[in-house]
Amino acid sequence: MMRNPFVAALIPAVVFVLLALPILGIDLLNESLMLKIQAAPAADWMMIIIAAVAIFFIQLFRKPIDAGVTTFKEAVPSLNLKSYLVQPKVMRLLTIFLILALFLWPFLYESRSGLDISIKVLIYIMLGLGLNVVVGLAGLLDLGYVGFYAVGAYTYGLLNYYFGFSFWMALPIAGGMAALAGFLLGFPVLRLRGDYLAIVTLGFGEIIRILLNNLTSITGGPNGITGIDRPTLFGLEFNRKLRDGGWDTFHGFFGIEYDPIYRMIFIYLLALILVLLCIYVINRLQRMPIGRAWEALREDEIACRSLGMSRTMIKLSAFTIGATTAGFAGSFFAAYQGTISPESFVFIESAIILAIVVLGGMGSQVGVILAAIVLTVLPEVAREFSQFRMLMFGGLMVLMMIWRPQGFMPMTRPHIQLNSDKIQKETAQ
Amino acid sequence: MTQTVLKFENVSTAYGKVQALEDVSLEVNEGEIVTLIGANGAGKTTLLMSLCGDPQPQKGKVFYDGEEITGKPTSEIMRNGIAIVPEGRRIFSRMTVEENLNMGGFFTSKEDYDEALKYVFRLFPRLEERFDQRGGTMSGGEQQMVAIARALMSKPNLLLLDEPSLGLAPIVIQQIFEVIEQLRAQGMTIFLVEQNANQALKLADRGYVLENGKIVMHDSGDNLLVNEDVRKAYLGG
Repeated sequence: MMRNPFVAALIPAVVFVLLALPILGIDLLNESLMLKIQAAPAADWMMIIIAAVAIFFIQLFRKPIDAGVTTFKEAVPSLNLKSYLVQPKVMRLLTIFLILALFLWPFLYESRSGLDISIKVLIYIMLGLGLNVVVGLAGLLDLGYVGFYAVGAYTYGLLNYYFGFSFWMALPIAGGMAALAGFLLGFPVLRLRGDYLAIVTLGFGEIIRILLNNLTSITGGPNGITGIDRPTLFGLEFNRKLRDGGWDTFHGFFGIEYDPIYRMIFIYLLALILVLLCIYVINRLQRMPIGRAWEALREDEIACRSLGMSRTMIKLSAFTIGATTAGFAGSFFAAYQGTISPESFVFIESAIILAIVVLGGMGSQVGVILAAIVLTVLPEVAREFSQFRMLMFGGLMVLMMIWRPQGFMPMTRPHIQLNSDKIQKETAQ
Repeated sequence: MTQTVLKFENVSTAYGKVQALEDVSLEVNEGEIVTLIGANGAGKTTLLMSLCGDPQPQKGKVFYDGEEITGKPTSEIMRNGIAIVPEGRRIFSRMTVEENLNMGGFFTSKEDYDEALKYVFRLFPRLEERFDQRGGTMSGGEQQMVAIARALMSKPNLLLLDEPSLGLAPIVIQQIFEVIEQLRAQGMTIFLVEQNANQALKLADRGYVLENGKIVMHDSGDNLLVNEDVRKAYLGG
């Protein structure tokens, strides 16, 4: 429908003003017990007006601007940067360089807050990778993923609190417990699909959280568990003073000054190794027959069954592997925080992890990593605009749906070549 | 006396309260093409599904190679020499031809797989040309080829075809039926479920006519083709 360009430009500007006025143009003041509504300072109003005018003019001259962008793009000589970057050799070099950089940067640039965010990002990457197997590859919508994360965290927390298990002893147990939980949940929900599966898994996540909240005698209820031991390096502790019965402290052993940053760096490196391990293992699985079976199941369940594949096994394996990853992430989270409480495992966490998978591009590991970084770093960076954080979050989602509905990096499926002779023959022609 | 590969003994199947199959008995012998014809909703697909174990028959028994397979899980039934080309093709549309075939040969060894791959490429040279193409981007006829080839990848003794001519152009249907004939020439046993009674009966050694969940007629393909009742009901005069 062709409209008058002036009207077409006016509408977005007016809509913007209508939306912006109540959000930005009005301040709420707490005056004793009353809430007072007040007009925002004139500067804010000026900004709104400027923005509205800008929107109007951009919309009005959209055609020439678009044309300009296109000619600009064409004018810039194509550097073929992309085709150069995706060469396997270059890719491998870049990856190695990137991993080295990730390992080395904390030693060159000691930043507590930087490490803090990095560890958080790494935990979310781990969770995203695990959920990616369930949702992205096998196509089973799981809204209670945080439940497995909680199982992992509490397994370590409780084992440490009651039996003094160290992080390293508890890590495999936590993975195993989460896997067991995934397996047990998998059985009853196998027949379900889509929305129904989502609801049941949502319930499962809530059951875990409510259970942890109410088993006060064991889990400490809402107060959670505190004083969980931090991970050690072959028994070396990263505390200022040695605990009773401990072997030695890190700084004591190496004869250096105590600095709390060592622990942060150690935990960061640990997280990095865990994430790299997850990436490697899941990547392998994806290329193995089981990985293809997951995808086939997502594509067509009936066809899968007609080929003699057992949907029970395929779904259970996806669920279990996803849960195991969350279990590892959970026990790591407990070790990093030192305290855990049911509050860390609320539904919004599941939603964020799911957002990471969807935003990254279902099934794509690189996409999941990128999305985990964006969704974790963005709220930190946007801390200054704390009031508008959710607004920015929502805006990002809307923009994504418009420009990249498939996610940052839609999955390119690993290509399996069995008949290499034939391919060579073809390329030779 | 040739051996019986597939045998239905008084099989009844129901979806809830709706009786879909009633007291169905039939036999498929080794090396035969047997066709099952019937109108929409007669229970043709249900019959195949009962064979595959989903839904399980309420009453009666199904034998494959002399062994009872009623009550076994679908995945087990489908791994032992039976392959099905499901109704509506159901290929994995986001996967390439190669990967589709790969899923078909999921449980076969590497050597068997390579052999089967050569075999289906001889049968469908088109698929070799389209090796790297995504299933979903191919024409209906090619997709049907992929579906048949995928089923053949497990080197079955018994091939079940559920309406392979569905939604295809006459010339493509012709090609598909030629392939079925070739398969028979190589000794494969084929159970063909079709609405396209004319084509199916011309090809088949024997035919069964299914009506409202019951077998109402059973004869050789040629006899059914000239049978007055069959002509009236399924061949349009």
